[in-house]
Amino acid sequence: MSVRIYIPRDASALSLGAEAVAAAIAAEAQRRGIELRVTRNGSRGLFWLEPLVEVEAATGRVAYGPVHLEDVPGLFDAGFVEGARHPLRLGPTEGIPYLKRQERLTFARVGVTDPLSLDDYLAHDGCRGLRNALAMAPADIVKAVTDSGLRGRGGAAFPTGIKWKTVLGTESAQKYIVCNADEGDSGTFSDRMIMEGDPFVLIEGMTIAGLAVGATRGYIYLRCEYPHAHRALNAAIATAYARRCLGADVLGSGRRFDLEVRLGAGAYICGEETSLLESLEGKRGQIRFKPPLPAIKGLFGQPTVINNVISYATVPLILDRGAEFYKEYGMGRSRGTLPFQLAGNIKYGGLVEKAFGVTLRELLYDYGGGSYSGRPIRAVQVGGPLGAYIPAAQFDAPMDYEEFARIGGMVGHGGLVVFDDTVDMAAQARFAMEFCAAESCGKCTPCRIGSTRGVEVIDRLVAGQQPDKQEALLRDLCETLTHGSLCALGGLTPAPVLSALNHFHEDFSRRAKVAA
Amino acid sequence: MKRQLQEQAIRPMPAARPLAEGQRAEVMEVIDRLRALPGALLPILHGVQDALGYVPPGAVALIAAELNLTRAEVHGVVTFYHYFRTTRPGRQVLQLCRAEACQALGAAALERHAKQRLGVDFHGTTADGRYTLEPVYCLGNCACGPSLMLGQELHGRVSAERFDALVGAAS
Repeated sequence: MSVRIYIPRDASALSLGAEAVAAAIAAEAQRRGIELRVTRNGSRGLFWLEPLVEVEAATGRVAYGPVHLEDVPGLFDAGFVEGARHPLRLGPTEGIPYLKRQERLTFARVGVTDPLSLDDYLAHDGCRGLRNALAMAPADIVKAVTDSGLRGRGGAAFPTGIKWKTVLGTESAQKYIVCNADEGDSGTFSDRMIMEGDPFVLIEGMTIAGLAVGATRGYIYLRCEYPHAHRALNAAIATAYARRCLGADVLGSGRRFDLEVRLGAGAYICGEETSLLESLEGKRGQIRFKPPLPAIKGLFGQPTVINNVISYATVPLILDRGAEFYKEYGMGRSRGTLPFQLAGNIKYGGLVEKAFGVTLRELLYDYGGGSYSGRPIRAVQVGGPLGAYIPAAQFDAPMDYEEFARIGGMVGHGGLVVFDDTVDMAAQARFAMEFCAAESCGKCTPCRIGSTRGVEVIDRLVAGQQPDKQEALLRDLCETLTHGSLCALGGLTPAPVLSALNHFHEDFSRRAKVAA
Repeated sequence: MKRQLQEQAIRPMPAARPLAEGQRAEVMEVIDRLRALPGALLPILHGVQDALGYVPPGAVALIAAELNLTRAEVHGVVTFYHYFRTTRPGRQVLQLCRAEACQALGAAALERHAKQRLGVDFHGTTADGRYTLEPVYCLGNCACGPSLMLGQELHGRVSAERFDALVGAAS
């Protein structure tokens, strides 16, 4: 009799030693004559418990974690292969409160299945959305996506169905489906987890998009910092071709869809859609003027759907369960769920997929358990490096695109970067300008030059050289950036800067005071 | 013949020495393998860097001539992207995350330690040629920082001690 064991191959799990643990478990089992069947799954997204090892016991999957090398012999001694007691035993995986209280729709399979097994994917509702879509008229597919209320999960939150409708309505011999997998925002890793943990769902979602708008070719633009996701995607795409989920005859329908992965090269700006398209065309990733919209004139000048990984990965579920099912989750105009990512100085960091409407406080304390350092949480940057720093007084804000914007925040891609009370917010504001200077594509002046001037002004402000004048200058500069930049990099860099200045003003005068 | 002339006409700048014969063959192999792709330049540059560890300035003229681009266009792309390098790296590239989530867990202190331990600044290569230190903005390991990537291996929760063990052990 053999025992099934799950050990994640997710990059974060590997970064905490999952590979060595997997090797040790295999060696120990062999030594003891126990036959194991090891599945390298994605991560459940409970990163403080990684490497999280699961055993398929008679009663279901039982979790142990975090498992370190030195724990392995003891686990075998205790009989963990039967799900027996051990100090690292966490009980049935699905019963872990952090996981149990989530609403995992897009992430339903991540950590559960073998990411590279198409059979496992099919056994867990895979390709049901695609089969439905193949029987539908393109306009009906677009309508289902529109009716679901799905909005772009990359951060801009533009209604996905509207974008698709524009591409469907634009005549062209060649249209493209492009996936923005340039997940460059610090504090975000949900795209990576999908690509490593359930790559077939992304392939399925992009194929459905192709059917919906009449596009036969797709590109996944993946950041080169994600070698693990690159390998997983390439392996899944090869399998999908071999099993006719991709290619000239998708699931025997006679419809074509081709897909390939292209690597970025470390430019943050290529997460901006027009810059990404330039990069895919083999050029410098400089942004384009809009209009024309990519939906009308996108990749190689052709109508192009460009969406984020999570947007595409959510489409199969909508086509499978229906727009109404998805729409029931959420609040206001923010429908469905968002995979929030708890990052930075947080005790229980990981992925929390919840319906919109959950508050920042719930995420930080009920899930996150407060800071990793044990010190009070002072600020949280929500929505990536271009998102505002939120002070504790605003932690009760609900995570909803519109409600969160009301307090000057941006839900964005759902990343939360937590800082404790040792943070120097003037330094964070300076970093925002420094980052903008490093990553600006150079197309427009406020971003290209304003960011460098911003660093200098903050330096003078912090040094106490005519602070009132510097502050006025900084605010003026931020206004120029906000209104004078073509894209979100220049346009939103003021968000972290001004939120730091407005909510944590004391940090900008501290050093000058100490000196005086 | 025509191709040869074209290449001569846009001879590399004095700083860019022509490619050694072995390198030239490798670059040509990459170009021939990928040139048919739409938007082939980035895949080709990745291919060259995968093969040689960097994009030698001498490769720019060759790629430009083969793709019917100007040298300025190719040079512009190579220098736009942080990932492409024009100098030979050490045996392993060590990318240290500088982004906010890692900052919140002491990335700045780790950065100081790394620079001191290796005796180089960012973009520098250690005297023994083992490591090249590069900054990176996010490795997607934001719940387990501070993070670094050594070659293609990701490491999380990197303390100063763990860093020393990593660079001591790897070769």
